[in-house]
Amino acid sequence: MSDRGYLQASNGIRSWLLTTDHKRIGILYAVAVAAFFLLGGLFAMLVRAELAVPGETIMGQDAYNQSFTLHGVVMVFLVIIPAIPGILGNFVLPLQIGARDVAFPRLNLASWYIFMVGAVLALCGWLVVGNVDTGWTFYTPYSSDGSAAVLWLTTAVFIAGFASIFTGLNFIVTVHKMRAPGMTWNRLPLFVWAIYATAIVQVLATPVIGITMVLLFLERLLQIGIFDPALGGDPVLFQHFFWFYSHPAVYIMILPAMGIISELMGTFSRQQVSGYTFIALSSVAIAFLGFLVWGHHMFVAGQSAISSIIFSMLTFLIGIPTGIKVFNWVATMYKGSVWLQTPMLYALMFLFLFAIGGLTGIMVGVLAVDVHLHDTYFIVAHFHYVMMGGAMIALIGGLHYWWPKITGRMYSETAGKIAAGMVFVGFNLTFFTQFVMGSRGMPRRYHDYKQLLAQYPEFAGWHLASSIGSFVLAAGLFMILIYGLRSLRHGPPASANPWGAATLEWTHTAVTPAAHNFHRTPLVTRGPYDYHLAPELFRSEEQAEHPVATNQEDNIRE
Amino acid sequence: MQDRGGFWLPEAASSLAGDVDALFNFVLYTSMVLFAAVIGSTIYLAVRYRRRNQADCPAPFKESKWLEVSWIIIPTVLVVIVFTWGFQLFIRLGVSPPNSYEITVRAAKWNWLFEYPNGARSNVLHVPVRRPVRLRMSSSDVIHSLFVPAFRVKMDVLPGRYTYAWFEATRQDTFPLMCTEYCGQQHSTMLTDVIALSQDKFDTWLESASIDESMPPSARGELLFLQQGCQACHSVDGTPSVGPTLQGIAMSEREFTDGTRAVADDNYLREAILNPAAQVVQGYAPLMPGQYAATLASEEIDALVAYLQVLEVP
Repeated sequence: MSDRGYLQASNGIRSWLLTTDHKRIGILYAVAVAAFFLLGGLFAMLVRAELAVPGETIMGQDAYNQSFTLHGVVMVFLVIIPAIPGILGNFVLPLQIGARDVAFPRLNLASWYIFMVGAVLALCGWLVVGNVDTGWTFYTPYSSDGSAAVLWLTTAVFIAGFASIFTGLNFIVTVHKMRAPGMTWNRLPLFVWAIYATAIVQVLATPVIGITMVLLFLERLLQIGIFDPALGGDPVLFQHFFWFYSHPAVYIMILPAMGIISELMGTFSRQQVSGYTFIALSSVAIAFLGFLVWGHHMFVAGQSAISSIIFSMLTFLIGIPTGIKVFNWVATMYKGSVWLQTPMLYALMFLFLFAIGGLTGIMVGVLAVDVHLHDTYFIVAHFHYVMMGGAMIALIGGLHYWWPKITGRMYSETAGKIAAGMVFVGFNLTFFTQFVMGSRGMPRRYHDYKQLLAQYPEFAGWHLASSIGSFVLAAGLFMILIYGLRSLRHGPPASANPWGAATLEWTHTAVTPAAHNFHRTPLVTRGPYDYHLAPELFRSEEQAEHPVATNQEDNIRE
Repeated sequence: MQDRGGFWLPEAASSLAGDVDALFNFVLYTSMVLFAAVIGSTIYLAVRYRRRNQADCPAPFKESKWLEVSWIIIPTVLVVIVFTWGFQLFIRLGVSPPNSYEITVRAAKWNWLFEYPNGARSNVLHVPVRRPVRLRMSSSDVIHSLFVPAFRVKMDVLPGRYTYAWFEATRQDTFPLMCTEYCGQQHSTMLTDVIALSQDKFDTWLESASIDESMPPSARGELLFLQQGCQACHSVDGTPSVGPTLQGIAMSEREFTDGTRAVADDNYLREAILNPAAQVVQGYAPLMPGQYAATLASEEIDALVAYLQVLEVP
């Protein structure tokens, strides 16, 4: 137990900031993303506090507009996009395929620094130049004049994009070239499949946002007239460019989350993940189709009716592979052995919230219905159910699941379950109310709704309920932060495979993996969820603690 | 407004609102059934197969190919239905009947201006009931979006291009109209009403709202002041607002942000309308749009200046 593996391989701040160990880089991302999540969350709480009661309460229009802008920019570009690939992709992917590291360890560290440069630029733009109130979408021509901080933010998004591209490249090469012997494509854990599909989207889509941001930058600086109609440009062109990236980006956010859920459903049901091939290939299908649906953000933006109809049809196509995944996750529990530990609670919470997010996605994909729902709180609720209820909940579930492997400690299971309950209740109170007020007509990005109350008095109650929910949600998230940090020092030591999982990071590494991961390259002889072929994993706690030394069925290659 | 609508949707008051609601409800209730099935099975399976012994090692269960295929076919059939239904209705929402009454809409930060075929202008959208109305819309600055929840109508309003929306109000009432594309500081106050009137009442209103050439210039200026939405930022009763109050402005001394001063004579007032950023009054931000040189006729500017001169302190 004294061996803390990669965590103690070397010491000092330099050993962290100059590390090329994929596991340590994962932790660098975790620390950065956690800090940005707190910041983005703070802006969210300011927004909900202002909206709790009608009239101007804690801030004026300008401060409000900046708050929702920064909430969006921070959460999208600095939290959700880098979070799962950066933290868990880095930490888990090489371990799951039996590799020593990613294919390009130095590039991996460079990605983190590039991401941090982008993040610092974005925060400088806000702190030094100030006054960014364009919304995270930077729609032209509103963003073409106004504060110079827009230039900082677009530069930041441009630079952070490279981090995403490099990470994607690294993972693609790693999955192709670094798999352990016997780790065939049919034996890849579904998390790897999901990260692989994500990486393809990252590499192909991110350059488009880069180009868009350069064009926006040049337009601001040189007045070249691409998007601004006053200069002869077309503002809708910007929306096409923007969503050509930002819709695939939705899949950069949700695909890795789906990968986590596959792992959790398998391990905590101790059953083969139902429809392995369907789930794996549906990730690829979603990644591909995700490129072809950007126009569904623009049904009422002035694009042609033909475009809208085609985009609506393609949008529904994505619903099918997504549905396949959900049905298979549920079916995985059939004739399994379901262990309701905290990570599994998050997986089930994901199924509940993501089902709502997905089904309302179908609703807003229906052309005539979207005309009414577009740009109302219904949309706000829909994408929070997918992004927060989907991506972030899966990330939290995944962090609980891999926590013993990352830190070598167990968190408090009781505290974990209480916090999960608070997150579930708080989240639904915050966002379900927004579906109702949205379909009743409440527009998004409104600083105040006092003037609407004369004809829509019900908005006051829904807004108040939503704000109360947001505080419950925040309290639940804080509780996770506190018991997580506490466990680093006071948590009971973990065993190498506390959940009885069957993938390599649990079966073939120490409690916390050594800096070089595996003492010997593993030889893979079974699928990732073939629990019945490895009953020793959970028959005896003793055996599970020293799997490399005692596991008889381990085929170890010199 | 008596009718408050149902739980999910607000009151419906246009010829197509009922059709949109029927589709909304179909998708909603189908989704609820699917959701109940998925979550019901989840809870059942999680309880039925809960772990009783840590050493449990269930036999592997191979999914049935037929089950997988049914999971592909059933959702496909459902989405084909809602897609077809949705796009047919979308076409009807998009194509206005040929006999529609056309109203020109101009959106600007942060007010709406509606212009009628006889030259009448208003900040409130008056429409005849039971007659298709087509809106031809453009923006003089950023992107806005016109949304009337009761009509289930929404369309973005773009600079440098026309977009269209149409509806047929089904009853006489007042309905809120909102901007739903974020357009800057006062986005949330870019609200007005749609007033649906009987054809008789509408004709009477239209007559009274048209600019009468025989009106005195200051009265025409007052009408223009309201139609252009100036009152959104400038009060005429001394109340401070986003911009300075205009009460008693004529011949008063103004102090500007650069420290200079000037007396507000005719030429100052004209310049302040046409080129508002040139001299900004101390204590205020340079927020006033600079579009008026392009959108106002010179007689209209004369009328506005005449109106400003009569705004005396009582």
